[in-house]
Amino acid sequence: MAADPHNVPDFKTRIAKALGDERLRGAVRYTADNLRTKRNAVVADLNEQAAQRMAIGSFAELRRQARRIKEHTLKHLDYYLEQAAERIRQNGGTVHWAGSAADVVRIAEEIAERRQAKRVIKSKSMASEEVMFNHALEAKGVEVVESDLGEYIIQLAHETPAHIVIPAIHKTRRQIADMFGAVAGRELTTDTPTLTKFARETLRKKFMAADIGVSGANFLVAESGTICLVTNEGNGRLTTSVPPVHVAIVGIEKLVPTLEDLAVVLGLLPRSATGQKITTYFNMITGPRRPGEPDGPEELHVIFLDNGRTNLLGSKYEEALMCIRCGACLNVCPVYRNIGGHAYGSIYPGPIGSVISPLLNDLGAWTDLPQASSLCGACHEACPMGIHLHEHLVSLRMDTVAMGKADPGFTRVMKLWMAAWRRPAIYRMAAKLGRVAMRPFVKKRADGTEVAESLPGPFAAWTNTRNFPPIASRTFHERWSDLEKEGKR
Amino acid sequence: MKVSLFITCLADHFYPEVGEAVVHLLRRYGCEVDFPPNQTCCGQPAWNTGLEDEARAYARAYIETFENSEYVVMPSGSCAGHVRYYYPQMFKDDKEMYRRACAVADKTYEFSQFLVNVLGVRDVGARFPAKVVFHNNCHMQRELGVFEEPLTLLRHVRDLELLDNPRYDLCCGFGGAFSVKMPEISTAMADERLGIYVGTKADIIVSCDGGCLMHMGGRAERQGLPVRTMHLATLLWEGVKSNGR
Ligand code: SF4
Repeated sequence: MAADPHNVPDFKTRIAKALGDERLRGAVRYTADNLRTKRNAVVADLNEQAAQRMAIGSFAELRRQARRIKEHTLKHLDYYLEQAAERIRQNGGTVHWAGSAADVVRIAEEIAERRQAKRVIKSKSMASEEVMFNHALEAKGVEVVESDLGEYIIQLAHETPAHIVIPAIHKTRRQIADMFGAVAGRELTTDTPTLTKFARETLRKKFMAADIGVSGANFLVAESGTICLVTNEGNGRLTTSVPPVHVAIVGIEKLVPTLEDLAVVLGLLPRSATGQKITTYFNMITGPRRPGEPDGPEELHVIFLDNGRTNLLGSKYEEALMCIRCGACLNVCPVYRNIGGHAYGSIYPGPIGSVISPLLNDLGAWTDLPQASSLCGACHEACPMGIHLHEHLVSLRMDTVAMGKADPGFTRVMKLWMAAWRRPAIYRMAAKLGRVAMRPFVKKRADGTEVAESLPGPFAAWTNTRNFPPIASRTFHERWSDLEKEGKR
Repeated sequence: MKVSLFITCLADHFYPEVGEAVVHLLRRYGCEVDFPPNQTCCGQPAWNTGLEDEARAYARAYIETFENSEYVVMPSGSCAGHVRYYYPQMFKDDKEMYRRACAVADKTYEFSQFLVNVLGVRDVGARFPAKVVFHNNCHMQRELGVFEEPLTLLRHVRDLELLDNPRYDLCCGFGGAFSVKMPEISTAMADERLGIYVGTKADIIVSCDGGCLMHMGGRAERQGLPVRTMHLATLLWEGVKSNGR
């Protein structure tokens, strides 16, 4: 994983690589479209049911409620964190506080050392990706195996997730069958039963031999100290109940105050993520195994992760902490669907990634990401939490300029242009000058129309791939006096 | 009814006929049209590239120019969205300017929005034999909330076949400065968008925004695609003229 932007080639190179990879783009678009279509259908369904008073609310109503819940939680986050910590302890768990990624790793290493752990099985968790968990533990000689099918695929490929929900979105079936085949030592067909059977058999052995199970948390209910996991494969359940130790890495923004609040956000997550009303598995974990219980871990650890999150509290970006990591914004993003997740160079791709990667790390090192958007707003429209993602991107551009970290050449040109154009006389004059300056580059076509096919300097960025229209022989400003007279006639 | 025109910088420089069409159509419904000569641009380019102070200066100029107008109408959903949605936000810490920004924002309309919602027009009396797909400008549908209005007008054009837009939510990749800052992604987006439109077998992509039209039109031409672009106002006015008014 590349938390450090200097470990990855520069953004332009990453984009070029992604755009040149037709197979990757095809796979990403295909799955993103699928998810988007399913989401739209299930949202329409919910709205219909709500209209007939058969659901707790329409999508818009759930979204409003969810925002209210999150606004409240974030405003009183210290209170709810303390409440959650106390409940977890009462339930027999251990609570750890991790200010940084390194803290998580240190805490996990301590647990592993004390338990003399050799093998860790992990359920899918973006927080663990964020802190580069696998990498750190493997360096200590601990084997880490991903139990989620998608995560397992990218682990075999030595890659990072390309999507928040569908880590292997960029892989085709053929690629997956080849990778699994290499592990199995035989040729595998590309049908789903064969691939899942292989993964299941391989992973079962890993589950049974694991010393520690690591999970994240989709939500954590403060009033009961309950860790909530939403999965479709049941791997989350095995990960958190088979090994003798369960470690949950939980971003501090994952809290919801009560079980009723949980019902609201849970109504939004699977619908937005995969277009499902509910997922196949939903686990609520409240404490380790109690005396007399047949299963569950002996030890339960919750590591609360900050890693830059508290900086957002009370800032204009606080809203970004409402994110429930559903990935809906990625699926509708016209940029993401064309370049895939890895081009972003950050563990969180797509619109939400372009917002939080600079915020959680260092804007100065991630100035490219907020630029990589046409600001179409599809992300905001799709986001179940109604996060104003495209507005935050603009805001980050403003911060970039204010920090003096914006592309200097481009910013200078924009500033000059904007300063000049503000004056009506100069604005009108500019049309005349522009017409003259463009003349050598304008071609007359057979039908009498004109076109510019290659322009110099910064304009080449347009004309390399697109024709440009010439400035009209008479602008509207210049035509107005005639139009005005015509109106008086 | 008095209507002040705001002619966006793209329409002014590259598509003045769009402005003319708007004038003619508004007059057809009895509007007295004026064009304050001291207008320039709405400042959206400054805002979107992170030049907050410059963007605010444009907003201030727009507010001063139009605050005594009865209505302001412009042939761009994106610019109208910018005025309506962002101008008040820009002055949220300055009570007096905020009030003025809201007042101007409230009377600012995109052209089709004004025609349908204020003038109550559905059928402008045009005839235009072509297969047309309507391209929803992102800011127009999401920030301005205008979606049905242009479709209503197009549905009433005689001999025009309005095709379904299979992905009305998908951006064409223009994005103002984005198109030159990230030209590769921007072009890829145009190709995807155009591919879908060519698939509908449309002759013309119609939109309410010069930016989308310039972008898709420029790419379609370069690639030799069998589809052209046209502003809604131009189409309607040409349709009216050819229908003998
Ligand atoms: S920003 Fe919104 S849409 Fe995107 S992942 Fe988060 S909750 Fe989902």
